Amino acid sequence: MAPLLAVRDLTMRFGGLTAVDALSFEAREGEITAVIGPNGAGKTTVFNCITGFYRPTSGSLALARGGGFALERMPGHLIARRARVARTFQNIRLFAGMTVLENLMVAQHNMLMPNVARGLLAVFGLGGHAKLERAAIEKARLWLDAIGLTARADDPAGALPYGAQRRLEIARAMCTDPVLLCLDEPAAGLNPRESDELSNLLRQIRSGMAGLPGCSILLIEHDMGVVMRISDHIVVLDHGRKISDGTPDQVSHDPKVIAAYLGEGDEDEIPAEAQA
Amino acid sequence: MKPLRDAGLSALVALGLFGVMIGLKTDAGPHSLVLRARPWAVAAAVAAVFFGRLAMLYWRQWRPAGTPSPRHVAATLSRIGRYAAPLLLAFAITLPLYAGRYWLDLGVLVLTYVMLGWGLNIVVGLAGLLDLGYVAFYAVGAYSYALLAQTFDLGFWTCLPLAGLLAALWGVMLGFPVLRLRGDYLAIVTLAFGEIIRIVLLNWVSLTGGPNGLSGIPRPTLFGLKFNGGGGPGSFADFFGLEPSISQRVVYLYFVILGLALLTNWVSLRLRRLPLGRAWEALREDEVACRSLGINVTVTKLTAFAIGAAFGGFAGAFFATRQAFISPESFTFIESAVVLAIVVLGGLGSQLGTALAALVMIGGAEVFRDLQEYRMLIFGLALVVVMVVRPRGLVSGRTPSVALGGRRHIGADMMSEGHG
Ligand SMILES: Nc1ncnc2c1ncn2[C@@H]1O[C@H](COP(=O)(O)OP(=O)(O)OP(=O)(O)O)[C@@H](O)[C@H]1O
Ligand SMILES: [Mg+2]
Repeated sequence: MAPLLAVRDLTMRFGGLTAVDALSFEAREGEITAVIGPNGAGKTTVFNCITGFYRPTSGSLALARGGGFALERMPGHLIARRARVARTFQNIRLFAGMTVLENLMVAQHNMLMPNVARGLLAVFGLGGHAKLERAAIEKARLWLDAIGLTARADDPAGALPYGAQRRLEIARAMCTDPVLLCLDEPAAGLNPRESDELSNLLRQIRSGMAGLPGCSILLIEHDMGVVMRISDHIVVLDHGRKISDGTPDQVSHDPKVIAAYLGEGDEDEIPAEAQA
Repeated sequence: MKPLRDAGLSALVALGLFGVMIGLKTDAGPHSLVLRARPWAVAAAVAAVFFGRLAMLYWRQWRPAGTPSPRHVAATLSRIGRYAAPLLLAFAITLPLYAGRYWLDLGVLVLTYVMLGWGLNIVVGLAGLLDLGYVAFYAVGAYSYALLAQTFDLGFWTCLPLAGLLAALWGVMLGFPVLRLRGDYLAIVTLAFGEIIRIVLLNWVSLTGGPNGLSGIPRPTLFGLKFNGGGGPGSFADFFGLEPSISQRVVYLYFVILGLALLTNWVSLRLRRLPLGRAWEALREDEVACRSLGINVTVTKLTAFAIGAAFGGFAGAFFATRQAFISPESFTFIESAVVLAIVVLGGLGSQLGTALAALVMIGGAEVFRDLQEYRMLIFGLALVVVMVVRPRGLVSGRTPSVALGGRRHIGADMMSEGHG
């Protein structure tokens, strides 16, 4: 498969600290690429560079879509809007005081309101807004069904249980019609059954569901069960550097990876489960 | 014993504070100011604090177990709100039928603040941007109308949209550089902007008349009919064959501001249900998430600022035409503070709450005018009580903008107040 996102020599420094050090990897189209590594390895920093929240110190982030996008030079909102890279956050960031449905509607903002003039015309019922709104509700309904939250559509997002909030955040990101979905530890805090459901949801998103086109996924995750089950390709980071890159099988047998995780001392997650 | 000690402590603090503030009074003596001690007044104040605190502590202890939870109270209030809003509107529309000149004038004043409150509510309540310089746009609107009307001889209804447009333009011009700031920083810069506008108005004597202000600002007309006390050809009274009277103008002004306020309300209610308003609320909830969803945060904030400013400008133009005289004195920081207090007291984002708060604060202040020096005291006390009893404002929470089933009220405890 062709590379969708090519990260080349990405470096991110915070003062004296080099959080990401000359990192290169590729995320291929139609695949789930996992980025793993011990705490503080620089995974979230890589995501923040890809989605425009940080400007990389050096290096390039090329997204092969349309004429190609140089993400390292684009402002954050355009990365989501034009390059169509969506993300979720390590600490859930829902609009807690808005309903589940409203969260999904806000995600379709640019479709509903292509520019300010159209947004203001809608006040007087002009500009075909009603039709767009109906289409947006239909799409939201589709995703509500997919994540099993249709019954709670009118509840405030902040009142949902933790697992449901995680799923809602994924659905909200998907409502922006992304080509690449970046998930920062989506399984954190989920129980085993919820992790299984999440794995299924991510597989469905990758291959395309209910008439929607498939979407490639970039995944940060500490739960090795989930990573090994669904990833097509794994990149391992440690102290900002890539120490391994390959299929789940290759990576889990890489002595460098085992050393990095064992070096942490209390990591019981990786090798045992991975090699099983 | 603990409540007694607590109350004693409060009384001690009160003694320290009131000892000087109430206990010593300066009077004009024959040659110079003389200091007069008022021990009894201090004793009364301290006793009031002591027993008040004691009563409060005991009430807290013996309060019945079944005290309603805040969520229950919010739901009840929102149910009351459904009837209160139409009743209030009916009252406002029929007021000129039975109210005299004084009450109508008061009504005009209250409605002006209701309108300002609703305008600022867009910025502070919906978008969560703390704006302490809202009076700047009020001033821009007022001076725009006065200058356009006097220089180009234009009527009120022609100038009104222009005044709103100019205020919106200033909103964008201010917003562009400052909207990168958040929270306290934004508040301070907007405060400064309000002062800058006032000081420019004060010093640009050739244009604004400086401290003397502008007078002889034309009154509004109804399809070209004038409302002047003397009647005469082309006047409203003459056209309809009525006895000319100044109260016709007051009634007309009352309906103009009622219409403008209702327009503000309608536009903000409508916008709340549209993508733009939803984006404002999302911005208040979480700006970072908005950016990750492809929402242009700067443009969205600017629209909130500009639309809020436009309504401030409309209100300003109305103020100028009602007073027929404006000077920088009418646009001091205290005006911004009063409007912000109305919005916060009413409950951020709540239309009904804002209207009620304006009624209580502005109407109440006028009614208590006889009490002179105690007016501000009562006022401050009321503010403190509301903030203690209902920290999120009179009517808090929000109704969803869209729903699959029924729209259920969302309590304020879920919502964020915004950090911008
Ligand atoms: N904005 C910032 N300013 C300064 N240092 C930062 C900043 N963001 C991240 N860092 C540092 O960069 C390093 C990598 O952090 P990062 O959050 O990317 O790790 P991570 O791999 O996501 O870890 P975790 O698994 O705990 O989420 C850490 O040492 C962190 O302290
Ligand atoms: Mg992280």
